[in-house]
Amino acid sequence: MNKEKMKAYWQRNLLYLVVLLIIWFLVSYGAGILFADALNSIKIGGFPLGFWFAQQGSIYVFVILIFVYVSLMNKLDKKFDVDEK
Amino acid sequence: MDVQTWTYIIVGATFAIYIGIAIWSRAGSTKDFYVAGGGVPPLANGMATAADWMSAASFISMAGIISFAGYDGAVYLMGWTGGYVLLALLLAPYLRKFGKFTVPDFIGDRYYSNTARTVAVVCALFVSFTYVAGQMRGVGVVFSRFLEVDINNGVYIGMFIVFIYAVLGGMKGITYTQVAQYVILIFAFMVPAIFISIQLTNNPIPQLGFGGTIDGTETYLLDKLNGLHEELGFAAYTDGSKALIDVFFITFALMVGTAGLPHVIVRFFTVPKVSDARISAGYALVFIAILYTTAPAVAAFARTNLIQTVSNEEYASMPSWFSNWEKTGLLSFTDKNNDGVIQYVADAETNELVIDRDIMVLANPEIANLPNWVVALVAAGGLAAALSTAAGLLLVISTSVSHDLIKKQFAPDISDSNELWVARGSAVVAVVIAGYFGINPPGFVAAVVALAFGLAAASFFPAIILGIFYQRMNKEGAIAGMISGLGVTLLYMLIFKFNLFGETTPADWWFGVSPEGFGTIGMLVNFAVSFVVSSVTKAPPQDVQEMVDNIRFPRGAGEAHNH
Repeated sequence: MNKEKMKAYWQRNLLYLVVLLIIWFLVSYGAGILFADALNSIKIGGFPLGFWFAQQGSIYVFVILIFVYVSLMNKLDKKFDVDEK
Repeated sequence: MDVQTWTYIIVGATFAIYIGIAIWSRAGSTKDFYVAGGGVPPLANGMATAADWMSAASFISMAGIISFAGYDGAVYLMGWTGGYVLLALLLAPYLRKFGKFTVPDFIGDRYYSNTARTVAVVCALFVSFTYVAGQMRGVGVVFSRFLEVDINNGVYIGMFIVFIYAVLGGMKGITYTQVAQYVILIFAFMVPAIFISIQLTNNPIPQLGFGGTIDGTETYLLDKLNGLHEELGFAAYTDGSKALIDVFFITFALMVGTAGLPHVIVRFFTVPKVSDARISAGYALVFIAILYTTAPAVAAFARTNLIQTVSNEEYASMPSWFSNWEKTGLLSFTDKNNDGVIQYVADAETNELVIDRDIMVLANPEIANLPNWVVALVAAGGLAAALSTAAGLLLVISTSVSHDLIKKQFAPDISDSNELWVARGSAVVAVVIAGYFGINPPGFVAAVVALAFGLAAASFFPAIILGIFYQRMNKEGAIAGMISGLGVTLLYMLIFKFNLFGETTPADWWFGVSPEGFGTIGMLVNFAVSFVVSSVTKAPPQDVQEMVDNIRFPRGAGEAHNH
């Protein structure tokens, strides 16, 4: 693969990583820890929201993030013709 | 049938399955032994990874810890799941493309240095041995509680089972046994959880019952629990009592440590393709999340059940499980004010009931009056969790010795079949050492697990990440980084966890960070030292830079494996 194309592929990969890891950080360290107290004033059913993010929500989001990444990368691999046969 | 008969039947059946799988999946080559021939389907690898990852601690202890820690338990829930996002996005696909057998392989090749390889081997051995001792102990404990076998005999039986499938089958045997073990352990965890969720909240899904109302009332379960806590003088269940900064650092150290643990990373070498490595990290997290989102619900249910059953009730009126667990010493009641009533309160002066946190999962089915076969199932689940993790760790140990030390450093000309025998031999030695620690547990096992995560976070994680994402990183930077990250973390643990240089209190902690969270700082030190040292030393050779280019895209992964 030529250098230019390789660079574009890698840049796009890094962009995906940065965006997904920001979300990863926000749900766990943000909603689950740093802002948990503030969010606890909001209630969803019996859950204070900050507590829910810390013990449930962040884990669901983690799962979703991985599957989003997988599907983005599978498309990207095809587009740049670097997927596995 | 009584609990014991049921336990013999269910545990016996599961052991027969494990041995059957071991015979069916014998390893024929070192590639079979180290990475299951590189042909594990991603879904199976996801299940195996989940079983490998979830140890006796996840199955038996975690819900209990959360039960007593309330909100603070979230450090384990987020810490031990969030690491998989890092694995899937930052490590697994690239390491799979690299396509060798072990983590020290990557460190040694990427940093073109046997010193780096040796540092990695030492870390891998240290982390794995500390972990495996706890697992063998867990096997012994489950045997002794449920089958009334002596703890030591329990450890011997566990050693024998692991011996058969780890030594015969290597990674191949371990992988397919772990698939079976996952199924058993998740079933064993979910059945009581669902029963109790229905009893307490009339909702069969524990994750929803957790936030629902108590059956027959308008009161939310968590409000009820917070109320009970307040009455008895405990902090509210949904609020934490740890310092914010410490929660932050512990969670981070556990996440990064997870992503740096060699027995987890090596699982992603076993799938056929790079895209399989990505998706199997996703499957693994789904399988793990089933248990990890149920555990906090179980914790809250068990806590509510427990308080309602014992608090301010007469000792004489306690159900039979109470006296059963008193016999094991995990539950003890001292009637301090001689009124015959159990006072379970936060104040240590007047509190009369001491409860071991492990009871929360092990006694849960009895507390909730579930049928005997469910109790037996929990025993089989605990064993599955402990055995699967032990086997994964033993494999890392034997591979480190036979591949990273003997093949790569001392006897490069060794033939494949001889290397396979060396691998089997090291597995035997590792099983024996693990068994020894299981029978004579060092008093510091619990402390050492924190150390294992801290060390993985401070050594492997930065070295691997920089190896992939920073082409300019050279051997000088990586080695200096690993040694300083490792050194500072070890030093901090020795000072504040093992009190080697005199007694310390939490007030002495640097920046208020506990030893459990210090791996995060060790990691930052590693990154910083790596950058500084590499910027003043010369760039890595051309072929290494090309290798870095090459691992960044998936095509060609299959060929790389067959070198």
